Order: sequence, then C-alpha cells, then structure tokens
Amino acid sequence: MSGQSQYTPKSDFAKWLERRLPILGFVYDSFVAYPTPKNLNYMWTFGAILSFMLVAQIVTGIVLAMHYTPETTLAFDSVEKIMRDVNWGWVLRYAHANGASMFFLAVYIHISRGLYYGSYKEPREVLWILGVFIFMIMMATGFLGYVLPWGQMSFWAATVITNLFSALPVVGPSITTWLLGDYAVGNATLNRFFALHYLLPFIIVAVVALHVWALHVTGQNNPAGVEVKNVEKETVPFTPYATMKDGFAIGVFLVLYAWMVFFVPNYLGHPDNYIEANPLVTPPHIVPEWYFLPFYAILRAIPSKLLGVIALFASILILAALPWLDTSKVKSGSYRPQFRKAYWVFIAACVGLGYLGSQPAEGVFLWCARILTFYYFFHFLFILPWLSRNEKTEPEPESIEAAVNGRGVSHA
Amino acid sequence: MNTKADSSESRPEPSRRDILYVATGAAAAVAVGGVVWPLIAQMNPDASTRALASTEVDLAAVPAGQIITVKWRGKPVFVRHRTADEIKAAEGVDLKELPDPQPDNARVKKPEWLVVVGVCTHLGCIPTGKEGEFNGWFCPCHGSTYDVSGRIRSGPAPSNLEVPDYAFLTDTKIKIG
Repeated sequence: MSGQSQYTPKSDFAKWLERRLPILGFVYDSFVAYPTPKNLNYMWTFGAILSFMLVAQIVTGIVLAMHYTPETTLAFDSVEKIMRDVNWGWVLRYAHANGASMFFLAVYIHISRGLYYGSYKEPREVLWILGVFIFMIMMATGFLGYVLPWGQMSFWAATVITNLFSALPVVGPSITTWLLGDYAVGNATLNRFFALHYLLPFIIVAVVALHVWALHVTGQNNPAGVEVKNVEKETVPFTPYATMKDGFAIGVFLVLYAWMVFFVPNYLGHPDNYIEANPLVTPPHIVPEWYFLPFYAILRAIPSKLLGVIALFASILILAALPWLDTSKVKSGSYRPQFRKAYWVFIAACVGLGYLGSQPAEGVFLWCARILTFYYFFHFLFILPWLSRNEKTEPEPESIEAAVNGRGVSHA
Repeated sequence: MNTKADSSESRPEPSRRDILYVATGAAAAVAVGGVVWPLIAQMNPDASTRALASTEVDLAAVPAGQIITVKWRGKPVFVRHRTADEIKAAEGVDLKELPDPQPDNARVKKPEWLVVVGVCTHLGCIPTGKEGEFNGWFCPCHGSTYDVSGRIRSGPAPSNLEVPDYAFLTDTKIKIG
C-alpha cells in the first residue's frame, strides 16, 4: 500500500536499479508482499481472470489485425481468408470472438460480486466508478469489434447503434453523420471503427492501472465486509496465496473458454453474420450479442425513441451512483437479510431482461420487458435507498479474524 | 467586512503582465481550436461523398402497385407507384389518428408516385414493403408500421419516413437530391 517499501534488493544490479527507478520494489509491494484479506472466496479471483482475458484479447487482436482489411469490399473476404488460409487463423479468430464473450461473462460475475458484498461503499467509491468506466469502454470495444467482420449483423448493429445518437434533439442527425463519416454506414465508418477498436483496449489498460492503484490504496473488500484491523493476523501475502489461487481459477476458467473455442465456437454467434453486409436488406431478426441483451431489452421497452435511448444509457450510468444510493453502513450482503433477497430478485430481473432482449419486441414479451425495466430502476432508486434506512441488519463480525473463527465454530 | 465600493477601490489597476496573461491565453485558445478543428472535421463526409448526393430514376418501367428501391447517398429510397385504391386510403386518413400528422398531399408531388427514404426513423433499419397493418411498410427490427403514404402509424419510430428533395425532370423521370 503506502509507506516504506518492504523490498530489500539483494543483487548489486537490483540495488543499482532500485536507487534509480524503484520498479522492483513497486512490483514486489504490489504483487508479492501486498496483504490480501485471508477470508477471500473464489469470487475474488475474477480480477485476475479479467486481467488475463484483457491480455488474451489484445494478443489475439493484434495478430488478427495483421491479416484483416478494414475496407468494405475486402473486409468480409479477409475474415474468411483468416478462417481458411491464414496459418492457425481459425483458432485465433475463434479465440478472439469467444474471448469477448468470456471477458463479459467474467466482468458480469466481477460486478455482481461487488454488488453483493458492497464493494462500492466507502472508501472504495472511486475504485468502483473506475470499474464502471472500464465496463463502458469494454462495451464500446465489443460493439466496434463486432462490426469489423462486415456481415449482415455487423452492418445492422452499426446502423442501429449509431442511430441511437440521432435521438438527440436538434444535433442528433448531424452527430450521427459525423460518427459515420457518410449518410449511411459505409467505408469511412468501417475504417474508423477498426482504428478505434484497436485503440480502446489500450485505454482499458490505462484505466485498469488506475483501478488497481485505487484498489491497492484502499485494500480489498472481503466477504465479511469489515476492514482489516490487524494486518498480521487477518491478511496473507499476495504471493504465494493469491497468485496460486488466481492461477488455479484462471485454469478452471480456461477449461470453459477452450471448450467454447474448440467445441462450440459459433454457439454464441449469429448465422446472419456469415452473410456479407447488404445495405439494402435488413435481416428479419436483429439481435445483439448476448452480453448486450439486457440493455437492448430496456431500449426497446420504452415506446419513445429519445426516452428509450436515455433509459439505455441511464441503466449503465446508474451503477456509478450506487455508493450514494445504497448508504447502509453494513457492506456485506451476508449480514443484510432483506438486501440479500432484493439482490437475487435483481439478478433474476437482469437475466429476465437478457432473455426478453433476445425475443421479438411484441405482445407479452414487450410487457414483461416494461415491467422488468421498471423494476431495474426501482431497485436502484427505491429499494436500495429504502433498505439503507429501514433494514434491520444482522450483527457484523467484529473483525475478519472473528468472522473466520465464527464460521469454524458454527460448523463444529 | 469591506463594502463593495471599498473592494473595488482596493483592487489594483490591471498591470502590463495581466494583459499579457489574458492575451497569451486567448491566443493559445485560438491555436488549440485551430488544431482541434481538423481532427474533428475529418470525421464528417468529404466532398467526394457529398458529390454523390443525387440520383436520377426512370419511372416508365414501374407498373402501378410496384415499389422499387434505388440507392441514394448509400441509403435505399422507395419509389412506390400507388394504385387508385392506395391513393384513396392515404388521402382518406383522419389526421388526428396520426402520431406525426401530415396530409398525404404534402408528401407527394404527384399522387401516383410516393418517394420516401427507406430508412426507419427509429434506428435506421429498412422496412419491408406492403406489410404491416396499413399495407405500407413494416420494420422488422422493432415493429414500426407505416402506411401507404410512408407515415408512421404504430411502433417506436418517432416520425414519418423522410421525403427526400426530388424533382420531376420529365413525366417519367425524377432526380433525387
């Protein structure tokens, strides 16, 4: 965290370097000696899994960019060439495309962990808000990347999403034309989407660095939700404890990832995206990638273009306001019986919205989406503030040490 | 507590240095604006894209009842040769029923020919012709329906299909854009 480094350089070279650039000490303090609460469960391994996925996406992405052509008449064919001709191109592309899904799966678990254990609460507000930024940049990157293969879904996803901005009064249509570089999605659009898709992951790396920095200032939250009081007794050093546990979790996660890549690489894709983009024909059912479905359902649930777009953005941005909506002093959901129920209902509502986003926006589906959209905002704007004031929470453990011992006793 | 008069009296005259600060700041702001402008403006359509902005269409080959799609500015434009029944249906609508009220005669130059941009005003999908409750267009993406005048009748789209600028060059030829 802060203060004097715990690193003692041993070799002459390390001593020489440390006096000029204390990078070895920085790495040692951040990833070796760094104290982690000893009661962390496996939900706390997703930070490491996400770091791994970010690197995996950047590495596979850079090599794919060596074979991809961002030009409308060549893009689709260059992707097919990657699949058929480029050495190992098929595995690289499947790893990258499914990697995006695995990345979002991990980030949703990571966010849900934070929601349950109150990781957004004082003093971790900035850490949390940086996380919301990372999530938004991830969504932008995922969307831009989906356009690049220049299939039918790519083209119409680009059309629908850029048209969201046309909902803005007065300046909307000019902003859309400015974003597209043309009056419709075309070559200018594809080219700039490629440039931005290449740029944004590195912006994510920068914000992740801030996210980890903020984490190392406040220290990690933990399942008990009480802060570390006695570093000696209640924490263990990052290495070997967290590194080994994270490594094991990444291994398990990789089993699922590899299974997706090698056995069902197109399960999460849409067959329409193997048809080259046609600006004159819209496919009968436009559905975004699974990780956008809940937000898509919210967009379609509102029968007004502008309000639908506002609700879509609000549903993401409201996460940033969470530290001020849920003001309960008890962090962990483990000691908040009513919050716990509300939490699981909320998760179910999100999953429900995801399902509805994949269905046609009509009849009973539309009404369910409206009810769940209302509930989504009701949870943040009413249930959480209300619970903060009125919930009768269970007693928190006095310390992490007490939480760990208490658990042992109750099982005995 | 100083009174207002006191504080203005005690404020020193602007010095040469203050004026230099403001002038330097203003010059820097202009310079930054000048540098940023090309970086922003490069994203807008260039002159070669804007030059493709008009298209001529021969109507002689379109029989009554048919809709043809032509490409204009990268977008589809629907040219619909309306039948007498369709014209009657379009003209007979009570404007109070319409979300975006517009009489049919404000949307056509000749009643037999409807020319509209084939882009749903919701989120830009392309509606399919002669479908939906009003036999005009139906958007497959989010379920908006349009009538035979291209006016929005139901669904999330906020406004009628756009009527592009066009002119009849002869009785059987139009120029869009």
